[in-house]
Amino acid sequence: MNHIKSIILGIWHLMQGMYITMLNFIRPKVTEQYPENRGKVFPHERMRGQLIMPHNEANEHKCTACGICQMNCPNGTIEVLSKKEVDEATGKEKKVLDRYLYDIGSCIFCSICTTSCPQDAIEWTTNFEHAVFTRRKLQEQLNREGSKLMKKEK
Amino acid sequence: MFHFSVVTNWIDELLRTYLPDGWALFIEFVLIGIAILTVYAVLALILIYVERKVCAFFQCRLGPTRVGPFGVFQSVADMIKILLKELIKINKVDPRLFRLAAYLVIIASICTFGAIPFDKGLHVVDFNVGVFYLLAISSLGVVGILLAGWSSNNKYTMIGAMRSGAQLISYELSCGLALMTIVMLSGTMQLSTIVEQQTTAWNIFRGGIPAIIAFVIYLIAGHAETNRGPFDLPEAESELTAGYHTEYSGIQFGFFYLAEYLNMFIIAAIATTLFLGGWMPLHIPGWDGFNGVMDYIPPVLWFFAKTFACVFLALWVRWTMPRLRIDQLLKLEWKVLMPISLINIILMALWIIYIDL
Repeated sequence: MNHIKSIILGIWHLMQGMYITMLNFIRPKVTEQYPENRGKVFPHERMRGQLIMPHNEANEHKCTACGICQMNCPNGTIEVLSKKEVDEATGKEKKVLDRYLYDIGSCIFCSICTTSCPQDAIEWTTNFEHAVFTRRKLQEQLNREGSKLMKKEK
Repeated sequence: MFHFSVVTNWIDELLRTYLPDGWALFIEFVLIGIAILTVYAVLALILIYVERKVCAFFQCRLGPTRVGPFGVFQSVADMIKILLKELIKINKVDPRLFRLAAYLVIIASICTFGAIPFDKGLHVVDFNVGVFYLLAISSLGVVGILLAGWSSNNKYTMIGAMRSGAQLISYELSCGLALMTIVMLSGTMQLSTIVEQQTTAWNIFRGGIPAIIAFVIYLIAGHAETNRGPFDLPEAESELTAGYHTEYSGIQFGFFYLAEYLNMFIIAAIATTLFLGGWMPLHIPGWDGFNGVMDYIPPVLWFFAKTFACVFLALWVRWTMPRLRIDQLLKLEWKVLMPISLINIILMALWIIYIDL
C-alpha cells in the first residue's frame, strides 16, 4: 500500500515540476538583442562606462588641475598636465589645465577619481562601446581644444 | 483525403511501363534509399534546432538567433562544421570495432525509421510482424553503444556503455509490454492495419484506462531507451565526460548525434502510430461537420503534428527532471514500471472482454 502511495505522490510531484517549467517556457524572455537595439537607451545611470569631462556651451570645464585624481588613481591611468598662465584680473601666475590624459586601456573603472574630485569636474557616462583597432586610440584627451576653467558664481 | 499512395503508385506504374520488372524494382529501391536518408538527415537537423530552441525557452533564453531568421540555419551550419572536422586517430583503440560501432548505431536507427508509417503508401517496411520488427531492430543500437564503449579503450566510455546496456535491456521490457497491450487491443502486429483500425477512434480513446496507462509507460520507457532526459546516465557529463562517445570526433560523432535525435523522433512516431492513430485525423463520432473539416488536413501533417507533440513532451520532461542515480533508474523499471505494465495487460484483457466489443 505504501508503495502505491509513493508512486502516486511521485507522479504528483513530477507534474508540479513540469507545471513550473511550463510557466518558465511561456514567460516573456528579457534577453537583449544587442547589435539590433543599438539605439536603445539602457536606464542604468550608475553604470561606469566611459570617463568624460563635461563642458558647457562656452567650452568651459570645471577642472582646476589640482591633480588629486592623478594621485588617487591606482593604475596611473590619469595624467594631468598643467601650465602656468597669468590671470587677467589679479595679474598673478596661476596653474591651469593644459591637457587631461586618460588611458581607458589601463582603467579599472574603480571610480576613485570621480569621488575624490573636489570640483566634480569628471563623471561617468554609460557608453560601453570601447572596442578600437589599436591601443593608441584608447588614450584620450578629456578636455577639449581651447577650453577654459569655468568661472565660479559668486 | 489526399494520400501519398497516389504518388507512389504513379511512380511505380510509370517505371513498370518503360522498364522490365527487375529494373523498375531496382530503381525503386534506390529512390526509397535516397528518400529515407534525405528525410532522416533533414529531420535530424529540424530536431536539433527544435531541441535547442525549446531548451532555451525552458531556461528563459532565446536560443540560436544569429544564423538566418530566428537562427533556423544554425543546425545546418553545425552540420557543415561537423563534416569538416578531423577524424582523430586514438592510440590503442580497436580500430575495426571503433569504426563499426558508429555505423551499427545509425543503421539500427535508420532501419527502425523505415518501418514508420508516415501515410498510406508512404511506408517502406510493412511486415505482418511490424511491432516485433520495431522492437528487434531498435534494440540493435545497444550493440553499437556497447562496442563503442568497449573499443575506445577508456574507462569513461566503458562505464557509460555498461550503464547504457543495463538501462536499455531493462527498459526494453516495459516498452515491449506496453506495446503488447495495444497489440492485444487491435489483434494484429502489422503497423498499417493498426493505423487503419483507428479510423473511428484512436487506440488511446478506444482502449480506455489501460491504453492511457500503457501510453504513459511507453513514453517513460521509450524516453529511457533514447538515453536522454532524466535517463541520460550513459552520457552524464559531470561523471563520464560524454559517456560512450567520448573518443569519437567528426562524422563518427555526428552519427551518434544524429541517431540520438532520430531515436527520440522514432519513439514519438511509434507512440503516435500505436496510440494516437498514426496519420488518421481526429474523428469524434456524431460530429459529421467537424470530421469533414478534419479530413481536409493532409494525413502527413496529422502524423507530424502528433509526433512533434510527443517530441515536445519528451523535451519538456528532459528539461524538467534531474538525472536519476543508477539504482533509482533500475528500481523505477523493475519495481514500478514492470509490475504496472503486467497488471495493465490483465486490465486490457478484461477491457477487451467486457467493454470493447
